Amino acid sequence: MSSDSRIAHAAEDMQAGFLRRYVFSTDHKIIGLQYFFLAIAAVTIGTVLSLLMRFHLVWPSAHLPFIAGGIMTPEQYLALMTMHGTIMVFFVLTTAPQSAFGNYFLPLQIGAPDMAFPRLNMLSFWLTLLAFLVMLSAFLVPGGAPISGWTAYPPLSGLGDITGPGEGMGQSLWVASVLIFCVASLLGSINFISTTIDMRAPGMTLTRMPLTVWAWLVTAILSLLAFAVLFAGGILLVLDRVAATSFFLPAGLVVSGEFQTHGGGSPLLWQHLFWFFGHPEVYIAILPGMGVVSHILANFSRKPVFGYRAMAFAICAIGFLGFLVWGHHMFVSGMNPYSSLTFSLLTVSIGVPSAVKTFNWLGTLCGGKLQFQSPMLFAVGFVSFFVTGGLSGIFLAQPAVDTELHATYYVVAHFHIVMGVAAIFGILAATYYWFPKMFGRRMSESLGKLHFWLTFVGVYCVFMPMHFVGIAGGIRRYADSTGATYLAALQPLHRFMTIAAFITAAAQLIFFYNFFRSIKSGERAVENPWDATTLEWTTASPPLAGNFAGRFPSVYRGPYEYSVPGAAQDFLPQHLPPEELASGGKERSHAS
Amino acid sequence: MQASPVTELLERDGGGGFGQSGPLGGGEGSGNPGVPQRAYVTGMILALGGILMFFMALVSAWVVRKGFPNSDWQPITPPRILWLNSLILIVSSVTLSRSRRCLVARRDEQSRHWWGITTILGVFFLAGQLLAWRQLAVAGLFLATNPSSSFFYVFTSAHGLHILGGIAALLVVAVRPPQRLTRQTATTVVAMYWHFLCVLWLGIFALLWLGK
Repeated sequence: MSSDSRIAHAAEDMQAGFLRRYVFSTDHKIIGLQYFFLAIAAVTIGTVLSLLMRFHLVWPSAHLPFIAGGIMTPEQYLALMTMHGTIMVFFVLTTAPQSAFGNYFLPLQIGAPDMAFPRLNMLSFWLTLLAFLVMLSAFLVPGGAPISGWTAYPPLSGLGDITGPGEGMGQSLWVASVLIFCVASLLGSINFISTTIDMRAPGMTLTRMPLTVWAWLVTAILSLLAFAVLFAGGILLVLDRVAATSFFLPAGLVVSGEFQTHGGGSPLLWQHLFWFFGHPEVYIAILPGMGVVSHILANFSRKPVFGYRAMAFAICAIGFLGFLVWGHHMFVSGMNPYSSLTFSLLTVSIGVPSAVKTFNWLGTLCGGKLQFQSPMLFAVGFVSFFVTGGLSGIFLAQPAVDTELHATYYVVAHFHIVMGVAAIFGILAATYYWFPKMFGRRMSESLGKLHFWLTFVGVYCVFMPMHFVGIAGGIRRYADSTGATYLAALQPLHRFMTIAAFITAAAQLIFFYNFFRSIKSGERAVENPWDATTLEWTTASPPLAGNFAGRFPSVYRGPYEYSVPGAAQDFLPQHLPPEELASGGKERSHAS
Repeated sequence: MQASPVTELLERDGGGGFGQSGPLGGGEGSGNPGVPQRAYVTGMILALGGILMFFMALVSAWVVRKGFPNSDWQPITPPRILWLNSLILIVSSVTLSRSRRCLVARRDEQSRHWWGITTILGVFFLAGQLLAWRQLAVAGLFLATNPSSSFFYVFTSAHGLHILGGIAALLVVAVRPPQRLTRQTATTVVAMYWHFLCVLWLGIFALLWLGK
């Protein structure tokens, strides 16, 4: 197809109706934005749920007008916890960094006009949205949302409403939603990998791919392998629930005085299947953030990423090792001590590629011309939280220590910092960084900085004391810890964390204000506002359908050529041929 | 930098390198310029990887569930009709290979012929699987009777649904070929899927028969 007809095609797309352009679009950029706004809706709901929980922990007997009966029951607290975890993990941490930013920027960064399978891409989004709506509908059915946690351990999750409110219809909707989400993620990952393998621009070799692309690629591979296993486990759980099979349900159960007819199954079998998915899921959430942070640190240090190949290798190593450590979620399940030792050693070994990444981030910063704009602040914040949360993980990886700390707030603090907050900082860094490209305008820098400092300090105030609560024996999932004396002594810390949580959540309103106001009336952005090198900055902001106005780039060098000695400017874009750089990149000789 | 240099650069190169990068060429005139045909093959390989992972999860669950000490596992003998069904599926793989070879040799009519036979054999296989279920049910073995029968139904129905999808794909390619794929690519992708399901079935059959 000639470039003329491509442009004609793009123009035709632009004239298509609102529905085809913004709703039933196959354009990867629109689909990326759809995922992004889905994640925004999900993170808002998830945060409100967590604030309700924090409030209840400190004022357990307070009257809440919107809750039936006025005072929150332990079961309602567990329902909030289940839905908070599920919504945040699936519809925020999986959806935003990979599906939203990956969809928008992977084709742009490799110089492709779209994903390899645009209609499959649209299907992935609509299935994800359907899964989200099914999940939310669990709030509205009799009995309410499920209470078995985002891990849905049987027998609690397998027996129906005899095990508690929400375990009937609510839990069925939960499983249905997760199964739909699995299919959406599997289709999405096939698209990501095929696109990365087969749609790269001429010259875009593997070692010239931005580290973001490496991260999205490895994350997609993890999704493909992990969600297939969760899907299998989910099917078996459904059968246990509706078809009276006994895959996960043991014999001789007596629940609420009633003897259960199931027999011989193993709840641990579910745990194995679930965590074989669940641990890679952690890396599905965090790896794209690592890619974005590497990308931004280089850009705002005006330096190449320190050890590019080591960084790409570390992403692959973390992805691979992530499949071998699921047992560390099950140290207290009575597993063979030798199994524990094996899982422990493998878990600690993830520290090696993680340290490679951390030191290379520091090496990138070291001696750079640092520019602390909002994306850079959030990227550095990511590194801080990744290190803090990663270090507590090394303690939890010891079976002996974990036996003490399991199911305490120490674990909650650990995974919230490393998987939740660090990943969210990656998402926020990406939002501030790519906002000009996505919306053609710029966000306010001063509001961005204010947002960063309030969030950064606020999140540490929420989660650092939580470690101490955990070490002191504060048990997670308890709706009310004022009853036991040793737990009541921890209430002042809980109160501090709750107040910090409300302030931190309020600080996010600054972000929302800045975000939505800037979409409407921010300062107009140029093509390349950050003086960056990669291909997404060579096209219009926002790019038109087809991405490169029908003229696709070739790539001549690696992605992070900043401050190259002897070069005319401090960054060498990937798409400029060497002879153009010699003349300063402004004038060119027409060779042919 | 105001105007993007890349646009001028590619004007010189004559309209961009992307569409030419695939060895099989871009989809001329399709809605998505420049998706190389090999991307569909890549996508199918990845899909097969995901399907394999799904069945491996079921197999590992089978191993764990069967291996408990004091297990309530009571072995069932798979119905003998599965041997016939397996033979049908193997033959369908052979006929599909023949259809592809005829297509390569530009003998279109014969290719369609073998393609149709493959589709019919696929339907026969599914009918045979239903008969196997019927025999089990007559013998009083249902989904929830015993973990061994549970796994039997789970494996056969999961595989059967994939076969059903394969039959749909065979029909779609024959009746209303997709526009973005060349006939060659569509045939290759469907054949990969079908052969994979054949081998997968032989693995499941061996598991159910030998591991009972």
